[in-house]
Amino acid sequence: MDVIELSWWQLAMAATLVLALAGCVYWARLGVGNSLLIAAARTALQLTLVGFVLEALFAVGKPLWVALMGLGMLMLAGREVMARQNYRLRGAWGFAIGTVSMFVSAFSVTVLMLIVVIGPTPWYSPQYAIPLLGMLLGNTMTGIALALDRLTEGVRRERQLVEGRLMLGQTWREACGELRRDAMRSGLMPIINAMAAAGIVSLPGMMTGQILSGTAPALAVKYQILIMFTIAAGTGFGTFLAVSVASRRLFDGSERLRLDRLTSS
Amino acid sequence: MASGALTLDRIKAGNLQPVSEKIAPGEILCLSGPSGSGKSRLLRAVADLDPHEGSVSIAGESQQDLRGHRWRRAVMMVPADSAWWFETVGEHMPAPMTEALKQLGFDEDVSRWSIERLSSGEKQRLALVRALAYQPRALLLDEPTANLDPDATRETEQWLCQVIRERSLPTLWVAHDREQIKRVADRHLHIEGDRLVESSGDKD
Repeated sequence: MDVIELSWWQLAMAATLVLALAGCVYWARLGVGNSLLIAAARTALQLTLVGFVLEALFAVGKPLWVALMGLGMLMLAGREVMARQNYRLRGAWGFAIGTVSMFVSAFSVTVLMLIVVIGPTPWYSPQYAIPLLGMLLGNTMTGIALALDRLTEGVRRERQLVEGRLMLGQTWREACGELRRDAMRSGLMPIINAMAAAGIVSLPGMMTGQILSGTAPALAVKYQILIMFTIAAGTGFGTFLAVSVASRRLFDGSERLRLDRLTSS
Repeated sequence: MASGALTLDRIKAGNLQPVSEKIAPGEILCLSGPSGSGKSRLLRAVADLDPHEGSVSIAGESQQDLRGHRWRRAVMMVPADSAWWFETVGEHMPAPMTEALKQLGFDEDVSRWSIERLSSGEKQRLALVRALAYQPRALLLDEPTANLDPDATRETEQWLCQVIRERSLPTLWVAHDREQIKRVADRHLHIEGDRLVESSGDKD
């Protein structure tokens, strides 16, 4: 199957749609017109840049560069998790909890998939490693950011309830158990919904991309299933870890609720 | 349940000067003062809900020697606004409290009542019953009758005093009403500025 080349002027035609939308957004005074345009510009710029980086990376294929790329992606994802929370933990914790959770879940799941399931040679082959890691980080990031935001919002809103339970002699774990479960659930919901709707309501983006670029649908489907499962595992374990650590950090050694450890961003 | 004195040693809470007091088993120490003067914060420090300076001990056991939840189960604070998280009253009670509920004028089926239909006064009295069901060794009461009408106030007061004497619980009781303080207090401390001043001659 041949791939139809896309040229820049064809992309520019797609961009006029976004401009038209931005016009409507301004007209309706939704107040997100600027954000929409900036986001669209960032998409174009960031993806173009990453295209160059990937081309260079594929050409070199050295493990050190692959690792550096992975690390760079992780740091950006960590910053994003932090920025998406209305209230986050003060100091290094705000950045570290999200980032370390993503490192533990997304990286280990990616490496496991590469070595045990897909098995490219070498296993760190950037053509497989980088897109897989990117998909995982992107989704894990969303899950962790949602879960942490839900957790910190929850304890701020339910402060009286949590402290009321502490006063009755409950442990910190009992006092915030419902909030923890709630936060973990909200981190898991996007991937559960995506898996439930996959193929019925929407064709997942990666699969669509593969089919458009000439892969046989049966193979694209297998890759998509693999990716979905991997994302579910990565997001789930990352969310568990992030919520566990963050909720512990909201209480101190004497099991006191410490909302002063949160700062609004 | 072994009870003993509640000892506050240079507790620093809010803007108050450090507080040192010894509350004997079964003694009710009333605390009054303008709003915002630090009464609740003092209670919170004694319950170890906020970081604070100074130390507290119950029957010789120090706050630092117990895990947070064990301390708070022993030295139990009952806030003015109580927290409820299950559907019904009964699910919140660690032990059946038939006698206490009867004394406070509740029906036998109160444990099946839904939390949503409770009035603020009912919540407040049930919160006191719940706290005592945990068998605490000392009580910290933050305006325990604030939401009650005069009759219910008297009834709740009498019941509380009786339980406190029976179980020999050292009690720190925040109150506004001078008449109530006269009725229940063994000693009365009033906050003036940033210090606690002993008021005498309250008790008849």
